[in-house]
Parts: sequence; C-alpha cells; structure tokens
Amino acid sequence: MATVQLNNIGKVYPNGFKAIHDVNVEIDDGEFIVLVGPSGCGKSTLMRMVAGLEQVTSGTISIDGQEVNKLEPADRNIAMVFQNYALYPHMSVYQNMAYGLKIRGIPKAEINERVNKAADILELTADQLVRKPRQLSGGQRQRVAMGRAIVREPSVFLFDEPLSNLDAKLRVQMRIEIKLLQQQLGTTSIYVTHDQTEAMTLGHRLVVLNFGRIEQLGTPIELYEKPASLFVAGFIGSPAMNFTDAKVSADGDSVDLIGGVSFKLPEGIYRSFANKEVVLGMRPEDLEIASSDDDRRDMVTRLVEQLGADTLVHGSFGEAKADMTIRLSGIQNFNPGEVLPVRISPNKIHLFDPQTEKRLD
Amino acid sequence: MIENRPFITFLSHAVLILGIAIIAFPIWITFVAATHDAVRMVQVPLPLLPGDQFFANLDQALNKGISGGSNSGVGMMIFNSLVMALMIAIGKIAISLLSAFAIVYFRFPFRMGFFWMIFITLMLPVEVRIIPTFEVVANLNMLNSYWGLSIPLIASATATFMFRQTFLTIPDELLEAARIDGAGAMRFFFDILLPMSRTNIAALFVILFIYGWNQYLWPLLITTDQSMFTVVMSIKQMLETAEQAPEWNIIMMTTLLAMLPPVVVVVFMQKLFVKGLTETEK
Repeated sequence: MATVQLNNIGKVYPNGFKAIHDVNVEIDDGEFIVLVGPSGCGKSTLMRMVAGLEQVTSGTISIDGQEVNKLEPADRNIAMVFQNYALYPHMSVYQNMAYGLKIRGIPKAEINERVNKAADILELTADQLVRKPRQLSGGQRQRVAMGRAIVREPSVFLFDEPLSNLDAKLRVQMRIEIKLLQQQLGTTSIYVTHDQTEAMTLGHRLVVLNFGRIEQLGTPIELYEKPASLFVAGFIGSPAMNFTDAKVSADGDSVDLIGGVSFKLPEGIYRSFANKEVVLGMRPEDLEIASSDDDRRDMVTRLVEQLGADTLVHGSFGEAKADMTIRLSGIQNFNPGEVLPVRISPNKIHLFDPQTEKRLD
Repeated sequence: MIENRPFITFLSHAVLILGIAIIAFPIWITFVAATHDAVRMVQVPLPLLPGDQFFANLDQALNKGISGGSNSGVGMMIFNSLVMALMIAIGKIAISLLSAFAIVYFRFPFRMGFFWMIFITLMLPVEVRIIPTFEVVANLNMLNSYWGLSIPLIASATATFMFRQTFLTIPDELLEAARIDGAGAMRFFFDILLPMSRTNIAALFVILFIYGWNQYLWPLLITTDQSMFTVVMSIKQMLETAEQAPEWNIIMMTTLLAMLPPVVVVVFMQKLFVKGLTETEK
C-alpha cells in the first residue's frame, strides 16, 4: 500500500505531439482513483507512465515518496490489469499467475500459497487453474488477469479499461467485484476508463481528462453537482446534461432563453453576471413536471423514449429550438406534439461561460 | 461446402484419384524397379509389378553400393545427409529467430536497414553466389566437413521474415505484462516468444529439413572425400558408370531409402506443420 504523487507530469511524443500537460495528482494510501475521459485524452498514457511503460518527459512520479521515473516497471511494485487481459496463451492459469513470482525467485511453496489465496478470493476453482486462458470465458480471463495482479501483492494496482472487452451484463458484475476486491484489499488503485458510469461507481475520486489536461478532480458527487466546466458537465451523467444558449436577466435573478422562456436563478448568486451571455445547463433528471402553474414552462414534446424504469421525453421550449431531454421515472404516456408543463429548482441550474467554458458561480 | 449430388461426389472423387495416380505412379515405378534384378531392369518393357529381389537389393544398397562403383553402401551417405539437413534446419531456425527478435523488439540505429539487408539476400540463392561462397569455405578449410556443408546454407531471409511476421502478431501487451512481471529480454524470448512460435518453428523445420536434404549442387562442389558424400548427390553419380548399363535396381533402392527420412519428418510433424501454416489465433 502506498501513496502516489504525480508532480507537473508532461509527455511529449517523439513526433512533437504533446499528450499530457502539467498534470498534478496526489493519491492517498488505499484510494481508488479513476482517470476518465474520451478516447485520446491521455488517460492511458498517464497510467502507462505510472507503470513505467512510457517515458516521462517532464515532472516526477513518486510511489510512497520514492521517485520512480527511472525505475523499470518490475521495480516499481505495481501490478497492471490490461484491457485485453494479456494472459500468456501457452501457460495454464496457475502458471500465468505464478510467472511474476517465479522470476522474482520466490520459493515454490510460497508461490503456491499466494496463487491459491488469490484463486480463493477470485473464486477460481482448482479445475480452472490447470486450464489454458483460451479455454476460459471472458469474465474468467478477466479474473485471472486480476489474480496475476493480486499475487504480486503490489503497492499500487493499475487497471487499463479492464472491462471494455466484456458484454454489458458481465461488465456490471465485474465492476461490483472490482469494487469489493479493492475494499477488501485496501490497495491504492488507479483505474482508466472512458465509461462515466464505471468511473462514478468505482472511484473514490475522479480525474476528468480532456486533451491531456485535468478538467476537474473530485469525488463523483462533486463532479455531478458542481461540474467545473462544460466538458465535465457534458461528460458526467447519462443521459447527458442539456445545454442551451441563454442570457442572465438585468437583475441577475433569472436566466432567459431565446424566445422568451426564462428560468429562476437562486437569489443573489448571479447578480454580478447580469446581462451576460451564458450557456445554461440542466440535467434531464432535474427537470420535472410542474404541479402548480406559477413556475411552469411549456415544453413541446418531439419524441418519447420508453425505457421501462424511466421515460425520456425530448422536446424544446417555445421559440428556442435547442433540444431538451427530460428524464421522468416510471412509464409515462405522452404523445409527440403534446405540451408539457415543466419546472426546475433554481439551485439545480448550471451556468457556464461560453468563451472559457468554465462554471460561473 | 455441403452438397448432396451424386454426380458431384463421383466427379470430385475421380479428380482426386486421378491426382493421386499421377503423383504416385513414379514412386510406384521406383518401388517396382527396386524389387527386380539388374538384368530384368534393362529389358523392355519396364516391369509394372514387383519382383522378388527386394531384400537382396536392400542388402546390396545398404552394404556394398553399386557393383564396380567406388561407393561403399548408402548408410554413411544417409547419415551425412541427415547431419547436413538437421544442421541447416536447426541453424536456420536459431539464427532467424534471434534476428527476427532483434528486428521486432529492439530499437537500434539502422534497424530497418538491417532488415532490408537480410531481406534482399532472398535474391541471392546459393547458385548465384556459389563461386565466392566456395572461395570463402575453401579459405576457412571447411571443404569436406559438415560445417562446410551446412553453414553457407544457414543464413535465411525467408525464415527471418516469417518469424518477424509471427512476432508482429503477438500483442504488445504481452511484452508489457512480461516487463511488469520482471522478465528481461532473453527471458521474454525463451518463456513467451519461443513457446508461442512453437507451431511456426515446427512448420519451418519440416520445410527446411527437406530443403537441406535435397541439396545437390553445393555438396557436389565441396565434397571430394567419399566419407562426406550425401545421398542425393551420389544417386546422380551412380548413373555415371563408364562401361556397363546403370544398375537401376540398386539406384532405385537407394532412391527409396533417400526418400524415407523426409517422409518420416513430414508424417510425424504433419499436425504441427498444418497448424503452423494455418493458425492465426494467438
């Protein structure tokens, strides 16, 4: 178990492409950190630098206070789980898990003990231990790959999109298993994913990356409730947050959409932004059907999607043509073209600067 | 393709049987010729059914060679061929594996330059470079030795290229996983790459063994000592009898014997051979 510090990490590829810009992250002992972002944002590169598989161009990486920039991957006391498992195809499951220990020169009896312990934790049967990886299902292979990491008893676990090769149902199941495993072992973990659900459910804290820069670092709830930028707001949450161009009113107490519809803002907070052009963000689940007439805004429905547990209603407010999605729980029967009375609590409204794309408050 | 039409079944069998007959007929003639005595073999028409001299011919081929010839039995020559073919096959595989490993997994200056230098030797088979090669081998005092027979034939662009392609299909993650497990370069080579290329090595071994076994021109050039003759080149020499008619029965028996080792290699390695040529899943 260990802490991990990334100080001013930068990465420039030989062709001049700057993949990572000045990243600073302090990871506590036993913490589960998720690096999340769209493909090409540098999240995998960042983790591979921690693993020692990529050179660090600038800055320092320390594991447990010791700088590891120049250390070989094997000497960093880390273990990594790869997206395509990367199991040695010609070795049995047991040999796959034991290989790293064998190279380290650990006595056979201890290897045996550690592998069996890991197999126990991961519920791999003795019968499965003698099989070859290709004789296992995707989920089992993933378990073996985790077993290979566990037997090393590393101070840091690195997960590189470990679930993206699994089908949707298995992914949910393995996600829970990884979370439980990390709770049980208490090992500091870094997890890379592009899936925001995985990120939200697994991480103690999330690092949202975009174009090699940290957009926001915080707990899942902080990111959800107070996204620091348009990018984070659009990335976290599903279905994605609704955005539309708007303008703060002269008194700063409401925000007006094009076409006259306006929403109340929490009192006092946005006074300084009076008359400012903004991007208005509203989460689909924060919009609800109004029960009274005084704060209702009329939305014209365009399309209704029934998901069983939820109903997604797509539509727009008055003259403002921007597409809005509302998520209502349960089965709701609306027809396209119907006008719905919709409201939102003032403190659920997010405003962003259209130029800097940063949160306003 | 699953078809249930009697005529197609009949036709496909007919084509297959015809093909087998065309390929097998010369071998049958060889076998028949090896079972008659020398007198019968110079009469026309050629016999098409086996005679009763098989064991007598076998005995003569193995122990005495053709009468009046300078050869002494075929056993030594088969042994020479075997040593040469094995040295060529194993040598080629070992060198190609290592050079492919270097080209694929190491970043060194002029890496692609070296690759292409190896690759263009494909254009220079033994026959093209035979005079300079002979000169080198003679200067190194390797005439009439197993080293002289095999070393000039060992360097192989084909095998290097094939192993390079095999290594390129092995995912990078395996190398990375091995690095995290603490395996150094040679450890990775022996523990991961070699076992994963097992079927390719087997397929290549079959091809190269036969290539080495069938060498004719090179052994003919560099061996003058009878104890170093290989079987393929000496079959030809058996025909060059000055006075009398060639002893076809003994020559054919020697030919049969010369065919055996490659057949044994193919039969025993066939499963791996086919796998090595067709398997793509890693």
